[in-house]
Amino acid sequence: MDFEVMRAYLPLYRDALLLTLRVGWQGVLLAFFIGVVCAVILHLRLPVLRQAAAVYIEFFRNTPLLVQLFFLYFALPKVGLRVGAELCGVLGLGLLGGAYMAETIRSGLESVTPIQSESAQSLGMTRMQAFRYVILPQAVSRSVPGLVANVIFLLKETSVFSTISLMDLMFTAKDLIGMYAKTMECLTLLVVFYLIMLLPVSILGSFVERRLRHAEFGP
Amino acid sequence: MRSLGLDVLWKGKNFLRLLGGLWVAVRISLISVAVSIALGLVLGVLVTGQSRVLKALFRVYLEIVRIMPQMVLLFVVYFGTTRVFGWDLSAELSAVIVFSFWGAAEMGDLVRGALISIPRIQYESAEALGLSAGQAYRYVILPQTVRRLIPLSINLITRMIKTTSLVMMIGMVEVLKVAQQIIEANRRTSPNAAFGLFAVVLLLYFAICWPISRLASYLEKRWA
Amino acid sequence: MENALLEIKGLKKAYGEHIVLDGLDLAVDRGEVVVVIGPSGCGKSTLLRCVNALEDIQGGEVRLNGEPVRRDGKNISQMRQKIGMVFQSYDLFPHKTILENILLAPTKVQKRPRPEAESEALELLARVGLAGRRDDYPRQLSGGQKQRVAIVRALIMHPEILLLDEITAALDPEMVHEVLQVVLGLARSGSTMLIVTHEMAFARAIADRVVFLEDGHIVEESREPKAFFDRPATDRARQFLRTFEY
Repeated sequence: MDFEVMRAYLPLYRDALLLTLRVGWQGVLLAFFIGVVCAVILHLRLPVLRQAAAVYIEFFRNTPLLVQLFFLYFALPKVGLRVGAELCGVLGLGLLGGAYMAETIRSGLESVTPIQSESAQSLGMTRMQAFRYVILPQAVSRSVPGLVANVIFLLKETSVFSTISLMDLMFTAKDLIGMYAKTMECLTLLVVFYLIMLLPVSILGSFVERRLRHAEFGP
Repeated sequence: MRSLGLDVLWKGKNFLRLLGGLWVAVRISLISVAVSIALGLVLGVLVTGQSRVLKALFRVYLEIVRIMPQMVLLFVVYFGTTRVFGWDLSAELSAVIVFSFWGAAEMGDLVRGALISIPRIQYESAEALGLSAGQAYRYVILPQTVRRLIPLSINLITRMIKTTSLVMMIGMVEVLKVAQQIIEANRRTSPNAAFGLFAVVLLLYFAICWPISRLASYLEKRWA
Repeated sequence: MENALLEIKGLKKAYGEHIVLDGLDLAVDRGEVVVVIGPSGCGKSTLLRCVNALEDIQGGEVRLNGEPVRRDGKNISQMRQKIGMVFQSYDLFPHKTILENILLAPTKVQKRPRPEAESEALELLARVGLAGRRDDYPRQLSGGQKQRVAIVRALIMHPEILLLDEITAALDPEMVHEVLQVVLGLARSGSTMLIVTHEMAFARAIADRVVFLEDGHIVEESREPKAFFDRPATDRARQFLRTFEY
């Protein structure tokens, strides 16, 4: 293992990590937003919108992100919609993740029994008050493990960004291997940088999960 | 109106070639799921045992699988092993190894979860009826575990099929790569073929994965 | 008869083809304790849910103080504040402490100042013997304790009538007594209550009037609970009461 080479590569990997994080977090935020909107639509059973949300969720959950990205990046320009690589990454991740987030949040909402809402309403709360003070807080804390798993899954999925020439970690590793053939060094750095990116999220996730359960439902 | 490449799809054997590429993806997934289930059952039973060392090791293994992208694992196995051990693994074998490594961890965790979710009283009432430990497993515990596991394993198949699109990155010719080749070959005559072909690839994946995930959620509801 | 506090007229409730309540009439006067008994599936819990407009109804009406209680009514929130309800499964809010469970509705719905609501909450908690548990979470309490909190949560809204839906059905036998003691205390202090229960001894002790419900109809009604339980007038009531003997 050539540590001199690895040190020389470090700045490149650092830049790649920053890009991956930037695109990744924007994608995650977009996914969360889409997910909440779809989950509320499904939970309140809004006509038409509900069917649209269901089709969207089924479609994006059952196709690979790589192919979705190829479609956004290579196919859409053919019908006149040109999207930059970075925006493509954010959109792709957001659309894919939205479908997963929606399912997670919806099942969180569904896991709160209807009688919770009824007993809130029997105290004179409106449906909206019951939703806000009683259903939502319980649904959110029950969704946390699923949401954290989704965030990790989405940040992992960023590894396919290299295919649409975003200079992320994967792209950098591939590029360097191609140019200098320092395979071991490049792959080691790749693994280490993914650990740097995702291990804290994973640890923070299980910490938050424990804290929430503790705070919301007592020791 | 500009052609969107659907004509290219029907030219020569193009569509058949795409289906061939899809079969590569499905084949890798099925082999990997089979290996994963076998390994996962063993792992799951092992980690519900007493050994703390095993439990700790399994958690580390799970965490690695949980946070390391499959693409990174593919690269490490395909390129890394050649470099370090001088092995010359084929791309397909590398893919099966990586997917099985991933699937075995997930299955192991699912089996563990299913086993510990069966209430103590089930074992006890089997015992109270005079069943031996083996009989209790055979007639009471396993049927319940399997019912929980089947939908989840089916789900794993669709997740693997979706992930197989990555194997083009280590040089395998699967459906997405075939599509790229066709687009490339028809660049002059049909410059917009990318639209039609990538759309078809999306739909092909959907056509395979959707029915399987419907089946999984149907079974999950039925056996809940 | 003077104007009743709660009037139910021609109440009809069906789930598709299955008719649960078939044109039921019932009135509850202020200060009166009416106990509804009957076999499982006779519609007694549905009756309470309809009174609180938790169910869509297919006919008839429910009035409180002459004002209609309707699910789609504009003032349904105000009406429900006047109708307290306690459920079989207590249904405290698991993410809130006991005190927060009790204070949520008075502060958010009635917009009462927190200090005033809090001192009343503590007073009520003390009355049901749970003053020390204000900062606990529901899951730290026994079933009987949770049910007493649920009663306090309803009482703090100052309801004009309390609906109690089989509030002891999910409790261990030794906890039934502590909950029923609280309810007896309320009855003595003049609360108006409509109670559905399976505890015949309790019904006998607390009722001003007993209503025997079967197949969505009132089969027998008596202002003499002791007489009703000793010598029911109808065969069906007699058969039902016999199922409690061994």
